[in-house]
Amino acid sequence: MTPKRKQKLFVILGLVSLAAVAVGLTLYALRANINLFFSPVQIAQGDAPMERQIRAGGMVKEGSVSRDKQSLDVEFTVTDYVDDLEVYYSGILPDLFREGQGVVVVGELQADGRLYADKVLARHDENYMPPEVAQALEEAGYSPADYQAKAAEVGQRLDEEGVPQASEY
Amino acid sequence: MLIKLIPEIGHFALIVALLMAAVQAVMPLAGAATRRPLWMAYGQPMAVGQFVFIAVAYACLTASYMLDDFSVANVANNSNSLLPWYYKFSAVWGNHEGSVLLWSFMLAGWGFAASLFTGNLPRDMVARVMGVMGMVCVGFLLFILVTSNPFERLLPNMPQDGADLNPLLQDFGLVVHPPMLYMGYVGFSVVFAFAIAALIGGRLDAAWTRWARPWTNLAWAFLTVGIALGSWWAYYELGWGGWWFWDPVENASLLPWLTGTALVHSLAVTEKRGSFKSWTVLLAISTFSLSLMGTFLVRSGVLTSVHAFANDPARGFFILMLLAITVTLSLLVFALRAPRVSHKVGFNWLSRDALLLVNNIFLVIMTVTVLLGTVYPLILDSLGLGKISVGPPYFNALFVPLTVLMCIFMGLGSVTRWKSMVARDLVRKLWLAGVAALVIGILMPLLYRGEWNLFVSLGIVSALWIVLPMVRDVFDKTRHASSFFTGVRKLSLAYWGMVLGHLGVAVTIVGVTVVSNYNIERNVRMSPGTTVEVAGYQFTMTELVERRGGNFLADTSILQVHRGDSGSSFTMRPEKRLYLATGMPMTQVALRPGLFRDLYVAMGEDLGDGSWAMRVQYKPFVRWLWLGALLMAAGGVLAVLDKRYRRATVTRDSKVAANRETAREVAV
Repeated sequence: MTPKRKQKLFVILGLVSLAAVAVGLTLYALRANINLFFSPVQIAQGDAPMERQIRAGGMVKEGSVSRDKQSLDVEFTVTDYVDDLEVYYSGILPDLFREGQGVVVVGELQADGRLYADKVLARHDENYMPPEVAQALEEAGYSPADYQAKAAEVGQRLDEEGVPQASEY
Repeated sequence: MLIKLIPEIGHFALIVALLMAAVQAVMPLAGAATRRPLWMAYGQPMAVGQFVFIAVAYACLTASYMLDDFSVANVANNSNSLLPWYYKFSAVWGNHEGSVLLWSFMLAGWGFAASLFTGNLPRDMVARVMGVMGMVCVGFLLFILVTSNPFERLLPNMPQDGADLNPLLQDFGLVVHPPMLYMGYVGFSVVFAFAIAALIGGRLDAAWTRWARPWTNLAWAFLTVGIALGSWWAYYELGWGGWWFWDPVENASLLPWLTGTALVHSLAVTEKRGSFKSWTVLLAISTFSLSLMGTFLVRSGVLTSVHAFANDPARGFFILMLLAITVTLSLLVFALRAPRVSHKVGFNWLSRDALLLVNNIFLVIMTVTVLLGTVYPLILDSLGLGKISVGPPYFNALFVPLTVLMCIFMGLGSVTRWKSMVARDLVRKLWLAGVAALVIGILMPLLYRGEWNLFVSLGIVSALWIVLPMVRDVFDKTRHASSFFTGVRKLSLAYWGMVLGHLGVAVTIVGVTVVSNYNIERNVRMSPGTTVEVAGYQFTMTELVERRGGNFLADTSILQVHRGDSGSSFTMRPEKRLYLATGMPMTQVALRPGLFRDLYVAMGEDLGDGSWAMRVQYKPFVRWLWLGALLMAAGGVLAVLDKRYRRATVTRDSKVAANRETAREVAV
């Protein structure tokens, strides 16, 4: 083999092995780290896997948020106004977390039917119901418009009650 | 009367600029094709005119903000009479329309600069560069005028006061982050235009690379600073203490940075050795395309974040079309013309050429993996295959090992010679640095924390492996000079730029490694009188007060912080603010910065009964992240200041001298 060909061979072998390593790592990492989204109605139907990290979303149910008196543990219910999902979390909730507002939680479903969240993200949406939740309702055979209207009604009412006025300070 | 017309003047100026850009896009290219000097000469004046008119439009929009003209929809939606003047000034780019205008303003600015410093480039080359720049400008000005007009009026029902700027954006970080980032994104349009012009002309020689290099370095330096500012802003403004979330919006800026870094290095090989030409051109095209894609991702509303200002599908579609046209056309030109410019130059497997090629490949692999993780969820979603998200573990699992591998070659690359090097010389030069890096890197976590940590060791070894061989190299290069200082002065600025840039990478790696592994975070419930200890610091909440700021109300907690042994003490005041105009809450973090550690306190939520959830963090070496980025950017700027670029621009006669110098450098 001429030196030039040898060099070419090395380059090609190097490229192929690098590409193989990269593809392997990528596929492995992607498979292990994809979080699927589920709404309460899908979880109630048993579509979501147990003890695997998933994302779930909906609106925070009115009056469901309860804080532990000593620690930062908190429990609340995420609802799409068809089904409910109980969420347990320990930590600080985001600034825009409110009852009646959209929320996305990341965590694992346990055998007791509750979702143990590692992360809670506020999902402020002008329609109150996040679009993926509405879509899930539609796929489950409900007509989302009614539930969206309900979400908007609750959200707006709580918004008006919840905002502190300047005079309170 | 004239004041009332300001928005119309701005709108009109934009239209004029569009017409000029259209002339600039057509005439010079046509002139170059038909060899008509008069047509070719259209390019530069049009670039200047376009810059002036976009500047006028930009000034008009700024004036509307400053004068609180709420009849302009853009001002009414994003400003408020209570806003301090400097935030009114920066609010111009705190929204979709204004930021696209700023983008176009900078694009015209780069085009203007490129038209000034054309020096000894052949006339047809200048014409083609101007033509391509003109086309890009036409695209963006059309985008503004058709889908995102910042001068739209709300007449006759104009609001009494504006809706206010998003409180997250009322901050110094926002004043500087977008302009820097845009300068970087848009700056790559120049090298893109150069690449396309070279392809059309079929000429890609040393003069071309000498031209393209400073522009690329400068754009890259801006992008580096822009990304670092974004990370710094997220760190102190979002209240989590995170500095990189692998958020698609962040990835959008990282992608052109990765290919841009590859481009900077590939250009070095093309200039010194005349090889890798097609590869360089392809990188130039990808970098600018990825900049456009970043804009698409951020501006189209396919992503939900602080950056997605508006969900208007027409805008997303427009940018997507712009991106598609750019990519298709430029790849078409590349496919047709690249064989003409490519040129075979042999090199040994153990040479700087080869090592730079290897690192280029690593950078491209990184780009592909980040791109995949960013767009995969979007593609699945648009095909209706489910809503997924790809989390940080994916990116970390790929990015970290790739970076470590790349560092191995980086350490080698900066000290090897062009063309070929004897393995024995290289080993003699590097063995000491290698052993030192390994020993220090492995011992460091033991000395620092008394416990061994694989990741910390890997990070420190990588960083030292980048730095130590360079230190050795500097000593070798200055050894024969009469004194160290004369030796140092003899080394070119480009060399120092390389040293500084690589040093910056090492500093950033140390920062990332240490803060990721030794970060301490405690989320606690605190009320006045509670004390928490984090990393030897005692945080005692002494008081909770309420105060009123210019356009917000705040709950402030006052914490006394003691360092256990030394007895020194200071106060930290984190706040939870409520912005009155929008009713939006905001966390104002209290920071105690330091070169080796940051203390970070943020208020979480009011738990009722007088206590608050608080986030207290100890972040060692976090400043090194951004310090490293600044060093990288400084390296890029230093390389631009190298005298061989200046000489090439000043006179034509110096070309010979410059060539001689290159010959000498190659020989060294």
